[in-house]
Amino acid sequence: MLMITVRKLVKRFGLKTVLRGMDFSVEPGEFVALLGPNGAGKTTFLRILSSLSRPTIGLVSIAGYSLPNQAAAVRRRLGVVSHLPLLYGDLTAEENLRFYARMYNVALAEKRISDVLEMVGLAPRRRDLVRTFSRGMQQRLAIGRAVLHDPEVMLFDEPHTGLDQDACLMLDTVLREVAVRGRTVVMTSHDLARVADLASRFDVLSRGVIAASVQRSQIEPNDLLAFYRQTLNEA
Amino acid sequence: MEPKPRMLAILDVVTTLLFLTAVGMVFFYAPLEAIMGQVQRVFYFHVANAWVGMLGFMVAAIAGIAYLRKNDRKWDIVGLAAIEISFVFFLTAIISGSIWARGSWGTWWTWDPRLTTAAICELVYAAYFMLRQGIEDPDRRARFGAVYAILSFISVPLTFISIRIFRTIHPVIFGGAAASGSSFEMSPKMLQTFMFSLLTFSIIFIDLLWHRIRLGKLADETEALRLKTLQ
Amino acid sequence: MESLPQAEDKLGTNGSTLGVGQFIRSVTAIIWKDLAAELRSRELLSAMLVFALLVILIFNFALELDAATRSSVTAGVLWVTFAFAGTLGLNRSMAMEKDRGCLDGLLLAPVDRTAIYFGKAIGNLIFMLIVEAIVLPVYSVLYSVNLFNPGLLLVILLGSIGYVAVGTLLSSMAIQTRTRDVLLPVLLFPLIIPVLIAAVKGSTGFLQGVDVADIRPWINLLLVYDVIFIAVAFMVFDYIVEE
Repeated sequence: MLMITVRKLVKRFGLKTVLRGMDFSVEPGEFVALLGPNGAGKTTFLRILSSLSRPTIGLVSIAGYSLPNQAAAVRRRLGVVSHLPLLYGDLTAEENLRFYARMYNVALAEKRISDVLEMVGLAPRRRDLVRTFSRGMQQRLAIGRAVLHDPEVMLFDEPHTGLDQDACLMLDTVLREVAVRGRTVVMTSHDLARVADLASRFDVLSRGVIAASVQRSQIEPNDLLAFYRQTLNEA
Repeated sequence: MEPKPRMLAILDVVTTLLFLTAVGMVFFYAPLEAIMGQVQRVFYFHVANAWVGMLGFMVAAIAGIAYLRKNDRKWDIVGLAAIEISFVFFLTAIISGSIWARGSWGTWWTWDPRLTTAAICELVYAAYFMLRQGIEDPDRRARFGAVYAILSFISVPLTFISIRIFRTIHPVIFGGAAASGSSFEMSPKMLQTFMFSLLTFSIIFIDLLWHRIRLGKLADETEALRLKTLQ
Repeated sequence: MESLPQAEDKLGTNGSTLGVGQFIRSVTAIIWKDLAAELRSRELLSAMLVFALLVILIFNFALELDAATRSSVTAGVLWVTFAFAGTLGLNRSMAMEKDRGCLDGLLLAPVDRTAIYFGKAIGNLIFMLIVEAIVLPVYSVLYSVNLFNPGLLLVILLGSIGYVAVGTLLSSMAIQTRTRDVLLPVLLFPLIIPVLIAAVKGSTGFLQGVDVADIRPWINLLLVYDVIFIAVAFMVFDYIVEE
């Protein structure tokens, strides 16, 4: 059974059409990197997948539940990390996690929070206000927030935005160990280098549809950039 | 761009005729009122205007509900049109009410419930326009417009009632009892003129609403064409 | 619809995320979060409080608050103060969610949207009541007016509920526009006129020892307003936050 299914997805904002009949599917355990230039509709698409936005026309289903009708069931199985951390600056790291644990009704919350803080390397800072965290730390905590309820599907919208090289590497480690393992992942990026090592599949979103898709096994890492550029030129 | 439908063209003619007749009736058919004199003639149009204003508000609220449920853009156009027209009608009602007050009791304003509520409605409409203006996304603009139209429509009767109770406990200082409403006897001819005015203005409302909805649709088409050429 | 409970000791979500239990849990979680954040930063309360006290002070110079006119004007002064200070609170409360994208965080949670409304609204109400609880004694002391009148407190409670019910709804709209904060008073004040009139009249009635039967209509009006708008909020909030 496919984990994510999208059929003929159209999204309009008023009279402007952003997504034009997209088809997209993801097997369980796949890590799909969704590439595309700025303004291609990657964020819009991810917002629809994360149930924050409704499709104008088309079918979207995640883990067997359809959007937007069964949105609540979908949300329980989703973990979302966007370029905004979705954290409260005036609360501590553990208070933030505790809040989300309540909202997602996580069992054995305290233990889970401690575990997650360990996993993202923020245990020593658990009692510090998020306001005092660097951007890299906030993103790591955001990943912690996203995996708190052990979701099957993870959605990332350009999570490396605003991070320097060191922070990126740290984030990648956390991604590999914590976020990605055993889960189905869709990650958008306009920077190929960020996802080249992580993804098992590369899709290119251009002009509101998936213009090309290639498995990692089918292509040499060195050829990825050429492939990406060529797709955009042809589209 | 489709030409003006025949029904609308006929309605335009009918509306104009009705209006001219109504004006004629007000000035020549209706008798002169004993106490207030010529000024009283304002009354016929004043009430009709206010009535149509309320009608417009109701249409906007219903269009709002329809938009939220059906998500069809046309309801948003209807709602905006209704409020724009209602805005003008209430304005006319307020101005004619002010003239009447001046003519009858020497003050430009009385804090009577109906006039005050009309003024508050104008402020609500101003808020509605400001709300719409501050939103880029057309869907969100329509949604928020619909919600605000519904909320404000519900609050208006409550506002009216609260001012009413306010007035009965604290009677108006200016103008005495006459200030709180029409306190003169209406002869049959007056009644006829009054009802005819109501009818006329209702038709005017429908006519204007239809025109404005057409305008809205044409604007949409133009925008769609513009976007097409941009891409 | 999910409604079957799962094993309690499994790591991950348990129980129904759509039931009443989760609703209440989410509402309380949001209220606690707002209170905890406010306790730390104290930005919201201090802004509201300072503003309210300044307004009261200004009224002293703007109006003749001598002993004779005081009882008839007190309710009006108080309510104008609360109405304006209230908008500060409403704006800040929603701005906190818009900041760092937290509103999306709330919307991603597997819980009914109206839980967000109730959580924020009750939080706003608590802040407003705190400010009122401080302003009332201060006013009492400054102007030697006894404000510890159960009827008065009831009116203030009912009025605050109505104010916050509509205010939370409108601030969640205003925060999503270009003009943001500035828009809220414009949207809010025409709609809460019934609350203001009823609250001022009711408050004055209790202060002047008017017969309760005469004050009854105002209390009824407040109750009706509160019930109607809370019900409407239930139905309409989804459309404000969903895209």
